[in-house]
Amino acid sequence: MTAVPRLPAPAGRRILAHGLYETRNVLRNGEQLLVSLVLPLLVLFGASRLELITSADVPSIDVITPGVLALAVMASAFTGQGIATGFERQYGALAYLSTTPLGPVGLIAGKVCAVMCVVAIQAAVLGTAAVVMGWTPDAAALPGLLLGMFLGACVFTALGLLLAGTVRAEATLALSNVLWVLMGAAGGAVFPLPENLAGTILQILPSAALGEVLRNASLDGAVALQPLLILTVWGVLALLAAKRWFTWT
Amino acid sequence: MSSPPVSLSLRGVRYTLGSARTSGGLREILRGLDLSARAGEVTVLLGPNGAGKTTALRIAQGLLRPSQGQVTLLEQDPFRAGAELRARVGVMLQDGGLPQSVPPHVLLKHVSRLHRDPWPLEDLIERLDMADFLHTSIRRLSGGQRQRVALAASLIGQPEIVFLDEPSAGLDPQSRQTVFDLIGHLRRQGTGIILTTHLLEEAQRLADVVYIMRAGVVVRSGSVGELLDTQETGKDDAPRRHMLFASPRTLTRADTESAPLSIALERGHHNVPGATWRVSGVDTPAELRALAAWWEDIALMPGEISFESKTLEDVFWEVSTS
Repeated sequence: MTAVPRLPAPAGRRILAHGLYETRNVLRNGEQLLVSLVLPLLVLFGASRLELITSADVPSIDVITPGVLALAVMASAFTGQGIATGFERQYGALAYLSTTPLGPVGLIAGKVCAVMCVVAIQAAVLGTAAVVMGWTPDAAALPGLLLGMFLGACVFTALGLLLAGTVRAEATLALSNVLWVLMGAAGGAVFPLPENLAGTILQILPSAALGEVLRNASLDGAVALQPLLILTVWGVLALLAAKRWFTWT
Repeated sequence: MSSPPVSLSLRGVRYTLGSARTSGGLREILRGLDLSARAGEVTVLLGPNGAGKTTALRIAQGLLRPSQGQVTLLEQDPFRAGAELRARVGVMLQDGGLPQSVPPHVLLKHVSRLHRDPWPLEDLIERLDMADFLHTSIRRLSGGQRQRVALAASLIGQPEIVFLDEPSAGLDPQSRQTVFDLIGHLRRQGTGIILTTHLLEEAQRLADVVYIMRAGVVVRSGSVGELLDTQETGKDDAPRRHMLFASPRTLTRADTESAPLSIALERGHHNVPGATWRVSGVDTPAELRALAAWWEDIALMPGEISFESKTLEDVFWEVSTS
């Protein structure tokens, strides 16, 4: 007989282990690195050089950088994590891991940890590149930027998991990429929304809310409450919907 | 000697898919399933595709919530299980359930970190002969190699009970033997093993208890010996031996109806010259003499004649076709 009941590793260690495992997988995955780091870097560089191809007013690097940070958060939390989770679900890996001591809660907590690690790397790389290109953030901007990126990572991870847990992996792949491009280009993430009716309506998008929180923090050192609230509501709705409709297989 | 403790119990379990409001309607996958498994025993679930074996396992593992009925795994409800229960249970899903982009050693190291006292990785790698492909991404492995990784992943926590959904699917004979040896080792250690398979020879060889399922219920259960002793009629003195003979000509209905014992075409054969016929229950010289007399009456000299013990496959076919 098996004499000693088998025990799980402590909860904190399990979640940390899964977070590191997922982070390593993201960093080893060329496509995810492309979406999470290379494309935001290209957007940062391209957007700050728009004056070379247009005579229109081009936002300054101080406006573009927080927008690109928002785009990067959406890339790793929503697109990257959504696609990875969608395919794990299709292959049954999600179901398998949920039968280990990690369990469903540990699995999701580990994924959030991994997103935070990747977001930290993105912030370091993109922030450094932006500073080299002339971004001069105020020290007072830091708390707001950190809060916004943290909340944004949580909300977009929840949205990514909701998508991955409810539709086929191929659909997750297509939808998350299309939505990322749309939210980045026209959803108020990278550039501020225009001050017209459409812009006012689009403010309720999570991408616009995240962009506004980061821009307010970076430019004014302030925490913008309205977009923060919008972002929080999206997060709560995504969690409730995931709880209702997410399936492991 | 007392029986080993019950590790898993399903009582009156029903599982329904779909909704009465949708066009497909309700589909009952399990229709009042009863089964149990004990520590230190190999419990085998058999049944044709769609019988509900994988659904039963998924409910037992806590991956699905039953529509009705009671499930107890190591004295707990698996659907509400915490990490403490999951650390005591190993799961190998059908088709592996493995992440594709990582190599086996990354996955196995990761899963071992989730346990306080994992199976030493080197030992598991050696037992399942995985050293050659340990650093290749799972996506690039053959089906048999993936099966071995999935089996290792299910065992890494040294579970008290392990679910193996078709563990030998896609394995070559040598790898299959390796898996059988490991299952034997686990059984000797007191691990409860619940497995599904389509390989009836494998089931007969490994099983302490067999459940044959059909359309969401258990239609026959018992030890291999008990199943071989019991025919569809339920008689315990049912024959355990068949005779097979090759007929040089087609048999007419009159021929078969005048046979002294139950005869039928062997599976996969048609009533043409050279077909093999199966005679059930040739257990005494008198029965053999009666058979010879019948051949004489119908003027038939059989070709090859052979005797064959009844197997689990025979029982499975009896149950499946009844």
